[in-house]
Amino acid sequence: MSASITLVVLMAVMYGAGVYVMLEKSLTRILIGFLLVGNATNLLIFIMSGRAGDSPIVDGSSADTVDPIPQVLMLTAIVINFGVTAFILALIYRSWWLSNLGDEGDDVAADEDEDEAMEIDQAGVFHASLEDDDAAVRTILDEGSDLGDDDTAFASAGEEPSEGDRDVMR
Amino acid sequence: MTNTLVPLLVIIPLVGAAVTLILGRHPRLQILISVLALTAVTAAAAVLLAIVDSTGTPAVVEVGGWEPPFGIVLVVDRLSAIMVVVSALVLLGVLVFAVGQGYADRDRDTPVSIFHPTYLILAAGLFDAFIAGDLFNMYVGFEMLLAASYVLLTLGGTGSRIRAGVTYVVVSLVSSLLFLGAIALIYGATGTVTMALLSDRIRELPLDVQMILCAALLIGFAVKAAVFPLSFWLPDSYPTAPAPVTAVFAGLLTKVGVYAIIRTDKLLFFDVPLQVPLLIVGGLTMLIGILGALAQADVKRLLSFTLVSHIGYMIFGVAIGTELASGATIYYIVHHILVQTALFLVVGLIERKGGSTSITELGGLLKAAPFVAILFFIGALNLGGIPPFSGFLGKVGLFEAGAASPNPLVYVMIGAGIVTSLLTLYALMRVWNMAFWRPKKDVEGYESPLIESLQEGPTGSVGTMTGTATATDTQTRTSPLMIGAATGLMALTLCLTVFAGPLFDLAQRAAGNVSTPEPYVDSVFPEGSLVPISVNEGGDG
Repeated sequence: MSASITLVVLMAVMYGAGVYVMLEKSLTRILIGFLLVGNATNLLIFIMSGRAGDSPIVDGSSADTVDPIPQVLMLTAIVINFGVTAFILALIYRSWWLSNLGDEGDDVAADEDEDEAMEIDQAGVFHASLEDDDAAVRTILDEGSDLGDDDTAFASAGEEPSEGDRDVMR
Repeated sequence: MTNTLVPLLVIIPLVGAAVTLILGRHPRLQILISVLALTAVTAAAAVLLAIVDSTGTPAVVEVGGWEPPFGIVLVVDRLSAIMVVVSALVLLGVLVFAVGQGYADRDRDTPVSIFHPTYLILAAGLFDAFIAGDLFNMYVGFEMLLAASYVLLTLGGTGSRIRAGVTYVVVSLVSSLLFLGAIALIYGATGTVTMALLSDRIRELPLDVQMILCAALLIGFAVKAAVFPLSFWLPDSYPTAPAPVTAVFAGLLTKVGVYAIIRTDKLLFFDVPLQVPLLIVGGLTMLIGILGALAQADVKRLLSFTLVSHIGYMIFGVAIGTELASGATIYYIVHHILVQTALFLVVGLIERKGGSTSITELGGLLKAAPFVAILFFIGALNLGGIPPFSGFLGKVGLFEAGAASPNPLVYVMIGAGIVTSLLTLYALMRVWNMAFWRPKKDVEGYESPLIESLQEGPTGSVGTMTGTATATDTQTRTSPLMIGAATGLMALTLCLTVFAGPLFDLAQRAAGNVSTPEPYVDSVFPEGSLVPISVNEGGDG
């Protein structure tokens, strides 16, 4: 069998880089590593089809058609990798959510349960839009400034970050 | 007849999954459809098993009418049919349990709208992997069931489940990539992925190439089957899932890996001398697994370790390699699927009745829940290999087959098997003593040299974190459906004991099909497999 040296080198580099990144602790890097290794495996399948040739169906009569089976296998593998990637992205999002909320995160597990979702809304854990977020930040800071009513310097110091926060958010 | 039945095994659950997904807002209809779908598959599989067993030749279906090796074939021989029947029964039993738990909890722990479609996809993937006559189709079946298992394991998305899910997902991904890479290499070496044709073509390769291909494939499967040293992920990930999900994973997912190892060893790499490595790995799996189980206080983790440990028996059976050993292995796989699933369901019940799964916190359950106690006791004796239960019969079958082998290493492994069996019994009887026999009032301040070295789960007691995170009244309720499902599965394990004779004969006949490649190859290629095919010639030239 003959194979393109460029593809072989590319595959080796992707395997190496992919495995290296996969060994990291962060889930996002593991995902990147998985994508690299997955595509390196796709390339490996592709390399197994040997030398490039004519397309098998259009030019059925030609003597040097390319082997179509690896391409079929590759296509299936790409679809599967795509689905799994989507799932891992959801997993990353969820674990980011949980790590930001800490132990509270476990309480919002039952997304299906509308009553519970309502309670969370009322508790102000998450908001529908950035405006709502801003409003929540303002309320919290206002409450903070209420406490320091007699100390105006403290109140204005509390006010400033809220402006800053809003700028960052937009 | 078989032409329509074989594809139905995969099509029915897939269509069921689609319908239940549409019916997301009607839980009752969803339950009805899933139960109907799995019952239909069980019936179809039972009919297939009867047909395949009476004719003695595997049923072969060419999907889309393309002849092998150009098209995909589905092959149901006795082994595949047995596996499909048993897993369909187990899936049905666990589904009933899950429905019962859903009613008892008012659907807090298992968001039903995604549970049913995912569960059915898991079933479809499982059946597809069992009946695939094509290595790549088997990979697709594996991916279907793994993708579904990712969702089921992280169901609800609580912190502990996400943490456990990450380990499981990453390990499974790596094993899948290894499997896919092995398929690519095998295709490169032989120019086909049809297993019947591979069986012939691999034999023509030089032995060293065969060994590399075999090792690549076996490592991929060994991760899935949780064979030591690739088993570390299992006890960390399974126990956090909801009880029915854990039960179905423990019963079925690792056995697909074992099934794939049997096929690789017997059909594809018949000539590769695998006995010594498999014996060593099998023995280590048994011993290390059970030593892990001895250190656990959490019953779910303890059972996960015994699960790993008993995979070792199956690897041991595969390694001996005679027809008698294959028959005993098949019988043991069936026994272990049923008893392990039933025990995990019983632990689900214990969690409800006792409010925990840690034996340092449980007590007095014999009085509080005598029926659950009986179920656990039967299951424990069965798993521990006490006569006359099927666990004993399966192990005796394995040891008898091993004793006929000339290799001295086999005798060491028989010794390891007996020690493992006794230690399993010890671990389970300790659970019995602590959780059931010990009066409730003794639980506080209880001291015994037997429990000094016990370890809770990695994040405290796993059981109290997941199942009873919100310890309200709803969480401790059980429904008759749950008890019924657990009893039904336990009754099935007893059937294995009562009808051991005919079933063992069936397993032996299945082994007759499996232990040499010829019956399989002849059924796929009735006119001889050595058709001159020039698939890869474009590359060779």
